[in-house]
Amino acid sequence: MNKKSSYQLMQGNEAAAEGALAAGVSFFAGYPITPSTEIAEILADRLPANGGKFIQMEDEIGSIAAIIGASIGGCKALTATSGPGFSLMQENLGFACLAEIPLVIVNVMRGGPSTGMPTSPSQGDVMQARWGTHGDHPIIVLTPSSVEEAFHYTVKAVNFAEKYRNPVIVLMDEVIGHMRARVSLPPESMVERVNRVQPNMPPEWYLPYERSATGVAPMASFGDGYRYHVTGLVHDAKGFPTANPNESRDNIRGLFTKIERGFRELCIVDYEQMDDAEHAIVAYGCMVLSARSALEQLRSSGRKVGLIKLGTLWPFPRFALEHYLPQLKTILVPELNMGQIYREVLRVNAGKAVIEKLNRVNGTIITPNEIVKTVKGMTR
Amino acid sequence: MISNSQLVNKYFRHNKKFPHIWCPGCGIGTILGNMLRAIDALALDKNDIAFVSGIGCTGRAPVYVDFNTLHTTHGRALPFATGLKLARPELKVLVATGDGDATAIGGNHLIHACRRNIDITTIIFNNYIYGMTGGQYSPTTPHGDKASTCKLGNIERPFNISQLVEAAGATFVGRTTSYHTLQLQNIIKKAILHKGFSVVEVITHCPTTYGRINKKGNAVDMLKWQKEVAIDKSRADKMEPKELEGKIVTGILIEKQLPEFCEQYDNIIEAAQNLKNSKPGGSK
Repeated sequence: MNKKSSYQLMQGNEAAAEGALAAGVSFFAGYPITPSTEIAEILADRLPANGGKFIQMEDEIGSIAAIIGASIGGCKALTATSGPGFSLMQENLGFACLAEIPLVIVNVMRGGPSTGMPTSPSQGDVMQARWGTHGDHPIIVLTPSSVEEAFHYTVKAVNFAEKYRNPVIVLMDEVIGHMRARVSLPPESMVERVNRVQPNMPPEWYLPYERSATGVAPMASFGDGYRYHVTGLVHDAKGFPTANPNESRDNIRGLFTKIERGFRELCIVDYEQMDDAEHAIVAYGCMVLSARSALEQLRSSGRKVGLIKLGTLWPFPRFALEHYLPQLKTILVPELNMGQIYREVLRVNAGKAVIEKLNRVNGTIITPNEIVKTVKGMTR
Repeated sequence: MISNSQLVNKYFRHNKKFPHIWCPGCGIGTILGNMLRAIDALALDKNDIAFVSGIGCTGRAPVYVDFNTLHTTHGRALPFATGLKLARPELKVLVATGDGDATAIGGNHLIHACRRNIDITTIIFNNYIYGMTGGQYSPTTPHGDKASTCKLGNIERPFNISQLVEAAGATFVGRTTSYHTLQLQNIIKKAILHKGFSVVEVITHCPTTYGRINKKGNAVDMLKWQKEVAIDKSRADKMEPKELEGKIVTGILIEKQLPEFCEQYDNIIEAAQNLKNSKPGGSK
């Protein structure tokens, strides 16, 4: 990190790695996989120089397990992967949700399913990021749509993970991950760092899963004198497994409550030219770049079109849409998948505006002209 | 040596409801108890011990004892422990894992932890069966033996865990049984003191599933069998391979010193920081 803010040329994966360092990440475990590998390579170099640790594990199951272990040891921990590796991480992602372990997964999406299209852009993991692990669980998913945002959203992801004791996924597409852009990163002193709340009571009073007023319990690190139990079984406030219906309910509902309380803070949404818009494009990731370019063309041809840019996908920022629904005639959702956020938009819209989707799953992006054409068709 | 009541008072959690989940006659409690006696003999601080497990009957061991305890997912205790150890090298990290947890679903992690030589002590509770799910054959179920998923006899050949971990590069390998409790304590003590990845394979018994379906008698009969088949390495070394057929060699099988992972990583940190400081313009 340079001392002063200055312009640099870097790709999204580099920016994500810089964001991790700026946020105070001191532990990375990972496994090589295209198109995310640069993040591992950069952090393998940079972490030890900063006194942090890097380990290349035997697979992605081990990678997420290792970052959970390191997080319990008190480190801010992160891994980076792509679709097949993300699939392998799902079971332990659920462990981290239930045991409330702060961690960040950067998933640089490739075309799928299976080995799919390793070097081609896709946004196919939106629903997997939401529901990939089994059982009911809340999740936080951020999606940058520029190289600079790859930095800022990784910082936010680390901070949210620490604050909410919850896994956070940075869902990046291959375009953002590999695109090089001129960015201006803030000096380290200007980067907000949030640290998990640690217990301040004597160890014998500590209940590791007793929620404070914020809905989040203070988290002790192993080795700090608070000897407690961490398990993937449904547990009581002491952390011990329980089959008691009331305690089980409190455990699962408590996971949701803490995220619901933070809902507004967790939802990052930007609006472009929405004030007088009668037509909206809802986009995220690299689709924002095409949508923004299309917006210019559509505005110059006199159409009142705006852009709702989703920085947070989960929890879904439904208020962003609800606010503008009364003035909207049409909504277009361009995505590099078969329509994963489209269905969420459809659900929130509840029949008010006319909604269309524009989808592509062939390893190429949707161009601005295609968006222009589709919006023109809808607004005729 | 610490008395049983002192052991319970000192190491068992006072705020955890008992009884434990294990069946009458199970060998897991014996191994856990002797692990605690080994820890007590070494006078380790409870705050400095992290006890990590996977899934299965053995996976339930940590919840009862007053350490930093982590009950992970099936087969993954070692990578969780690896991250924890690297984050907090000052902790003594012990892993409790069963034969299925360690060598089937967790087999990949086991061999890589051996290869990496990270300073973790892994105790493998080998009872030849998946007990918690009701007695399915595991990677150590002997050829021809029965289980609920091979009622006509197991057609797969079993792993010899100690040989497996030796081949994978473990720098300390000990094997004993839940009958030989003093040897068990002694080997666990030495394993904890060993700098590097140490494995203690403990042959034990599941009278409820493996014992019943294979007509091995009750827990006492199964302990007697452990007594009969075990042969100490010092004696086994002087015997012909033919004489050792059907025997289980016990004792410290491997003990060697090789560079430990966390210590080597500290050297990497030092080298990386020297490199950073020597570069003109500094920190990037």
